[in-house]
Amino acid sequence: MVCESWKERLDIYLDGELPHEEMRTFDAHVRNCSSCSADALSRVQFKRAIHLAGKRFTPSAEFRNRMQQRIASKPRRAFRLGWMLAAAAAVVLVAGTLTSTYLGNRSGRDQVFSEIADLHVATLASSSPVDVISTDRHTVKPWFQGKIPFAFNLPELQNSEFSLLGGRMTYLEQTPGAHLIYDARKHHISVFVFQERSLPARLTDSSLKPAKLSFNMETWSQGGLRYFVIGDASAADIDSLVRLFKTAS
Amino acid sequence: MWSPSLQCLSHQSFSLPLSFPQQFFVLEGINPALRSSHHVDVSGANLQLNSFEELAIPLFDQLYNFAHWLTQNRDEAEDLVQETYVKALKGFSSFQLGTNFRAWIYRILRNTFLTSRKGLKVTMTVPLDFDDEEEGPEPAIEHDTPETLLLARSSHESLQGAIDQLPVHFREILLLCEVEEMSYQEIADTLAVPIGTVMSRLSRARQTLRNQLRPQLQQEAGQRIPRGTSHGL
Repeated sequence: MVCESWKERLDIYLDGELPHEEMRTFDAHVRNCSSCSADALSRVQFKRAIHLAGKRFTPSAEFRNRMQQRIASKPRRAFRLGWMLAAAAAVVLVAGTLTSTYLGNRSGRDQVFSEIADLHVATLASSSPVDVISTDRHTVKPWFQGKIPFAFNLPELQNSEFSLLGGRMTYLEQTPGAHLIYDARKHHISVFVFQERSLPARLTDSSLKPAKLSFNMETWSQGGLRYFVIGDASAADIDSLVRLFKTAS
Repeated sequence: MWSPSLQCLSHQSFSLPLSFPQQFFVLEGINPALRSSHHVDVSGANLQLNSFEELAIPLFDQLYNFAHWLTQNRDEAEDLVQETYVKALKGFSSFQLGTNFRAWIYRILRNTFLTSRKGLKVTMTVPLDFDDEEEGPEPAIEHDTPETLLLARSSHESLQGAIDQLPVHFREILLLCEVEEMSYQEIADTLAVPIGTVMSRLSRARQTLRNQLRPQLQQEAGQRIPRGTSHGL
């Protein structure tokens, strides 16, 4: 068959590993050969499926923190005694400032989490919780174009226990963001996405259960965006949705 | 010819050859230079500006994922990643400028795995330095069939199960290529094998994966796959 010589190198072509000139020749051939183009398409789909399936395991938050501390602390061991004394003096001088800053940050963080919980509850209580009603991520995502100053990816929910109900614009501390609502076994879960740099409070990635509320919440930062996932679903469901988002992003 | 129906891929984020997809797919989020740009941050090019922390921490999730695939166990994966970082930190002063940090640290992880109890057990079953060229003839050239489309649409779980079942030398090369999106040169550096070996081993890994998926698909699809179409994707 005339295409056999092409098909021998189709995977290498799709891996982007052919020499430049050969790449161009291949492009021209694939463009005009229905057999090779169909074959290329199915191989691309297979590659994509492996890519998604391969992103399977995520480290626990505890392990991540442990390793980050371990890596971060090493280069700083080489302080000389003088520097250490100077640092100690500086610590004494700024201790008060740091304490008040820390308390201020903590209070800022608590306020953000509280606002997120409020947004979640208020939206679900509304008669029209979503402005774009669709289970199709390809409908919901484009709806945000021009409404929020960033783009983000929505996960593929096929074979998962989640379904997308829709989305709406939201604001957190005067910062525009996306609010998505998912359904998991009749529990509604909100996913909020904001630009990290626009949020005033410095947040750390964490799983938490806001006091006085029976919600589970997770937050993390990825690609300059801050995500919050909150709902009355189980912590395992929240975690599973978080993983889907992390994979998609 | 590429038909409009191929636009079904248009909302997926995936890296493809530099020239191939851009004309045919409007692939959202695709950076044609993804592979090369990805390792700008972690290569030796900007090393003087970067500390070990800045280079190593962004790779943490990927290294853990790779370690978990190798060890197939959470605790062992954590131990493996931890040991890798300790070794990499110790050896960082000897890391050569201009070389690829990502390939370097993956190589440390892989070597650490191979000298672990589980790694030694694996290599006793299938020697990792086997000559790929002596594994028999190259797989037959394959053609597009309805089966190939089914393979491409294997369920997430089936695919993960099939990858899990792959011999470790196939599993690792497939993950480095498809998940980590390493170039053949980076894979060669990581595995310490020539590029020709990368190409042939990768080809066999893909073929083995398809062969493992086929019975499951036949089971799932019942009689939808004609028995005569034994060639894969």
